[in-house]
Amino acid sequence: MLEIQGIAVSRGIAFANAYCLKEPDLTFEEVKITDVHAELERFKAAIVKTKTELQEIHEIAQQKFGAEKAAIFAAHLLVLEDPEMLASIEAKIQSGVNAEFALDEVSNMFIALFEGLDNVYMQERVADIRDVSKRVLAHLLGVEMVDMNRLTSDVIIVAKDLTPSMTAMLDTTYVKGFITDIGGKTSHSAILARTLEIPAVVGTKNATENIQHGAPIILDGTNGKIIVNATSEVSSFYMQQQRLHNEENEELLQYRSIPSLSADGFSVEIAGNIGNPEDADMVINAGGDGIGLFRTEFLYMERQELPTEEEQFQAYKSVLEKMQGKPTIVRTLDIGGDKNLPYLKLADEMNPFLGYRAIRISLTQQEMFRVQIRALLKASAYGNLKIMFPMIATLDEFKMAKAIFLEEKQSLTSDGFPISETLEVGMMIEIPSAAIIADLFAKEVDFFSIGTNDLIQYTLAVDRMNENVSYLYQPYHPAVLRLIKTVIDAAQNHGKWVGMCGEMAADEIALPILLGFGLNEFSMSASSILRTRAHIAKLSKQQLMPHNERILQLSTASEVEEYVKNNLLSLP
Amino acid sequence: MKKMFKITAPEGLHARPAALLVTAVTPFECDVQLTYKEKSVNLKSIMGVMAQGVAPGSIVEISAEGPDAEKLFQTITEVMVSKGIGEEC
Repeated sequence: MLEIQGIAVSRGIAFANAYCLKEPDLTFEEVKITDVHAELERFKAAIVKTKTELQEIHEIAQQKFGAEKAAIFAAHLLVLEDPEMLASIEAKIQSGVNAEFALDEVSNMFIALFEGLDNVYMQERVADIRDVSKRVLAHLLGVEMVDMNRLTSDVIIVAKDLTPSMTAMLDTTYVKGFITDIGGKTSHSAILARTLEIPAVVGTKNATENIQHGAPIILDGTNGKIIVNATSEVSSFYMQQQRLHNEENEELLQYRSIPSLSADGFSVEIAGNIGNPEDADMVINAGGDGIGLFRTEFLYMERQELPTEEEQFQAYKSVLEKMQGKPTIVRTLDIGGDKNLPYLKLADEMNPFLGYRAIRISLTQQEMFRVQIRALLKASAYGNLKIMFPMIATLDEFKMAKAIFLEEKQSLTSDGFPISETLEVGMMIEIPSAAIIADLFAKEVDFFSIGTNDLIQYTLAVDRMNENVSYLYQPYHPAVLRLIKTVIDAAQNHGKWVGMCGEMAADEIALPILLGFGLNEFSMSASSILRTRAHIAKLSKQQLMPHNERILQLSTASEVEEYVKNNLLSLP
Repeated sequence: MKKMFKITAPEGLHARPAALLVTAVTPFECDVQLTYKEKSVNLKSIMGVMAQGVAPGSIVEISAEGPDAEKLFQTITEVMVSKGIGEEC
């Protein structure tokens, strides 16, 4: 039995066999061949096998994810059957080299050709060529390719990291959870696991080295534990835990359709964070009071050019209609940092998180920004829309963005478009400078939404992706808490409301502090909504408030954590 | 035989339009070439077509030799028009 500890990022317990996603060994030697005919036959056989395999995957992908997501495999089939490419490879084989070498040479030649073209779309095709030639190479070498699309039994994925393209095809019928070597609470894979509601443990450092493909695993996503080859005692302990977890989930269901109230009747809003219109269904299913953060990057990513006003309008409208009048906060484009758009041709930066990103891009490339604002304004007639700007550092930035918003509103109104009268415009608080002068911003905005992931990163000067400094990523650091309190007080003094849309809003230790401080809205992954509503229902704001001053005087994050455990969570 | 087409697809002859054309002509027996900026490629080769980087609004020449060339041009025109890729000119 082997126990591995990682970072718990998505609750729940899963039992299944390990499915290790490792790059297969596709090394080969250049060999001179004499029997050209036999080599050509060997090559053709590999092409036929690859074709069958791709057709199979294409079909499965079509059934599971629809034609649009499956189209990538249709593209792979076209590359595989490309007469120019096949002819070049066969000509090379005829000159007396082995098929592996010929394939590699020719695909590298095409890759070089496509990489040289000044067109992002072409450069993306490079990935297709690489993928297809890898498949053919694997068949030539008789190496089995790991294929997440062809799972037939329950598995727990074990990988170094999960890339967005890998996760696009994740099928939860068979994928019961996942484990990665790298990552933290706010990494891509962690957010995805919570969205899919499957347990996950990340940041294990070396799970891929210590877990054998096919080994039986118990994954405890609540406590960040992985047990390989568990003894029967340990197994039955975890089965018990799994039952408890399921019962707890059942119990939580009673909170689905009741208002979000603290024990003493203070009303808050518990909302969901979403990344695309479909995610809104999960928030509705979980009984969310609204959408606290609709990230709009999905509209711009994985494509070759900017989305049109009409495309954006349709996406926003569909979410607003789904939400049936519940508040829906859309964040304008937050690109840059770790999210790039190849077609914008942004230069590489030494410090991308401190660089050209989010509102900084929007205010420079105004035409792009105006298209989004117009789409939002038009959509506002279909529900309860609120807009917020990301990464505001100075008052001027907010005023400029607001001015653009008003100009577009004016122009659409005079063109006769119906626009919501109650459309609120707010901002994210992610940068300490904005938090510190929140009183000045409070006069200008309709609301604040505190983005804790970035606020913590910028307050402690800690790169949240860098494992060597992850100890500094401290949500309960007194400086972070004081900034949050400053923002809430400033808003209250001006009659504005404050939400929070970072991971902290669903944190059990942070909740009593935030409720005591007077936070109005808590926005989180859909899977955390019911648990948070149940938690808040047990807390009394009146009893928490007298602790505010004492909490703000504590000197370390661990003192804060201890104080909450000893004094706030045990209140009657 | 040969015909000229104006490419109207907003992204040019990339991605989806290229794949649609290649898929449509592949079953035909005859050889078919796409000429753009004095460079000819096999219209049955997705990589050849995409490497041409045909921009929106430009004119391309398609030529085909073989027994089913006439039927092939019918198909090309159909696909061009129905999928909004281009028009004969």
